[in-house]
Amino acid sequence: MNTQATAKQPKIQQKAKWTIHEVVICVIVGLFAFMCVYPLWYIFVNSFSTPAAVNRGVFLIPIDFTTEAYGEMMKIAGIGSSIWIAFARTITGTCLTLACSSFAAYLLANKDLPTKKLLYRFFIITMYVNAGFIPYYLTISNIGLKNNFLVYILPTAVQAYFLILIKTYIEGIPAELTEAAEIDGAGILRTFWQIILPLSKPIIATIAVFAAVNQWNAWSDDMFFMQGRKSASLHCLQYLLYQKLQQNAVNTQAGAAAGAGVKVSNSTLRMAMSFVTVVPILCVYPYMQRFFTKGIMLGAVKG
Amino acid sequence: MTGEARAVKRSGWNGRKKKQLKLVLLLLPFMALVFVFSYAPLFGWGYAFVDFTPGVSMFESKFVGLKYFRRIFGNSADFIKVMRNTLTISSMNICCSVLPAIFAIALSMVKRPRFAKLVQTASSIPNFLSWVLVYSIVFMLIASESSAMNIILMRLGLVSSPLSPLTNYEHAWTIQVSIGVWKSLGYNAIIYLSSITSIDQELYEAADVDGADAWKKVLHITVPGLLPTFFVLLLLAISNMLSNGFDQFWLLATGMTWDKLEVFDTYVYRMGIKNMEYSLATAMGIFKSVVSILLLTAANIGSKKLRGTSIF
Repeated sequence: MNTQATAKQPKIQQKAKWTIHEVVICVIVGLFAFMCVYPLWYIFVNSFSTPAAVNRGVFLIPIDFTTEAYGEMMKIAGIGSSIWIAFARTITGTCLTLACSSFAAYLLANKDLPTKKLLYRFFIITMYVNAGFIPYYLTISNIGLKNNFLVYILPTAVQAYFLILIKTYIEGIPAELTEAAEIDGAGILRTFWQIILPLSKPIIATIAVFAAVNQWNAWSDDMFFMQGRKSASLHCLQYLLYQKLQQNAVNTQAGAAAGAGVKVSNSTLRMAMSFVTVVPILCVYPYMQRFFTKGIMLGAVKG
Repeated sequence: MTGEARAVKRSGWNGRKKKQLKLVLLLLPFMALVFVFSYAPLFGWGYAFVDFTPGVSMFESKFVGLKYFRRIFGNSADFIKVMRNTLTISSMNICCSVLPAIFAIALSMVKRPRFAKLVQTASSIPNFLSWVLVYSIVFMLIASESSAMNIILMRLGLVSSPLSPLTNYEHAWTIQVSIGVWKSLGYNAIIYLSSITSIDQELYEAADVDGADAWKKVLHITVPGLLPTFFVLLLLAISNMLSNGFDQFWLLATGMTWDKLEVFDTYVYRMGIKNMEYSLATAMGIFKSVVSILLLTAANIGSKKLRGTSIF
């Protein structure tokens, strides 16, 4: 925090005087912010250091800069396919969620839909009524989605929470616009594609980032439904990291003891993998931020 | 046909019916999706009432009535332990739910917008990290023998042997709740921050005229302004008491802390999938769903009584 807090201070100091309570608050919240960011920096600098340096402690900048850990990481069985699967599920999953949730929301917002309220409830109830894990697991097995890529993307295609957000937004669009389009002869699909979708861009963007982060971060569906050798090429990156961490948790002492001698230790490998896993999140994070408030507020109002 | 004529036809009774039918037909595939993934599993509740073995259909299995429910409540020390863990951790989390509000108030008192923005940005990052990554971070920064914290503590001579928070039985709950707070605090504060900005600024100006200091303003304007939001979130948290989340406790529990960190979700998974006790685990799932719905209904009634509006 101190690096951030003090870096900011001189500039701002001219504007307002520091009171004691403000200094105290700044130090506390700054310290917390630092605690949130520093672990990522720690992973970054350690992943580019040699195991010997890591054992002595690397905190600020890489020591004995090396990319060996990343080279070693690329040798892990299935790493290539796991990165590919992670991106594939994030991209296809997000697109599918957007397409299904927004179109379903548009239909549910349409005032011509008969028994509208009942149909809307049919979707919303799923937020509150949960069958539990075992029946869900057995259903997935019964319909043959086990060891199938579709299990990553199909169950999340229509989500009640997203439906609420998009429907609320669409209902805020003036009805005259859609009516005008219909009078001009546009059908349901065309109205959706040419009128509703362009006007709903802000909410669609909000949901896109949240859906994408959810997909990228998912790992438990992988553990539940991808079993055996058959689906070895269907694991995603998060799961591979999980497996690696499990292994390391067991033989960490041995690794640490041998760490000084070898080029790549378990810990640097772990750091490299973790860093690769977090990079996409950090890349979209700056774009996500402006959607936070909107997403949360809408959900809080109607959710 | 001209556009007008078509419009007339559309607005007619026949055209309207056609459109309605079209809308329903277009909605059907989505209803089917939701049905398969959210409603069809409900039929699986039947597994709780039979001696189910995989490969045999529910109807061919032997009906055993409430046997598995009796097993849960009757002689299960495990169940009591799991309930104790789940409820304790949830209660601790609920107690910690004031922290995001406090953090937001503190941040709103910083009259340096760029610094406040920076802190807000930085502190909401952990919320977007997967639990696997959090596990990795916890392990490398505080838990493993060669973790950053241990290297520093050892170098300063504050401890003689490395600390191992993940295997600490005594403080297992506190440690897990702290990790959860670290992950979600910044993000949860955002909703309070936006509530604060929607508080009428004239109230603050009036307070200034009356000579109120910063603390008085927080106490008499900001805190009451945040109470409705806090209250809604509190009720939702109460109705979610039985869900601590699978990920955190599956990943961060170790052999040493297992007794204190086995929560409902991990227990159901362990019993069902690992121990192949499908019927028992299904019965536990039913119990959880029913209790959750009851809690939610109670929370909603409470909300209506106290605030005059329901939460959903």
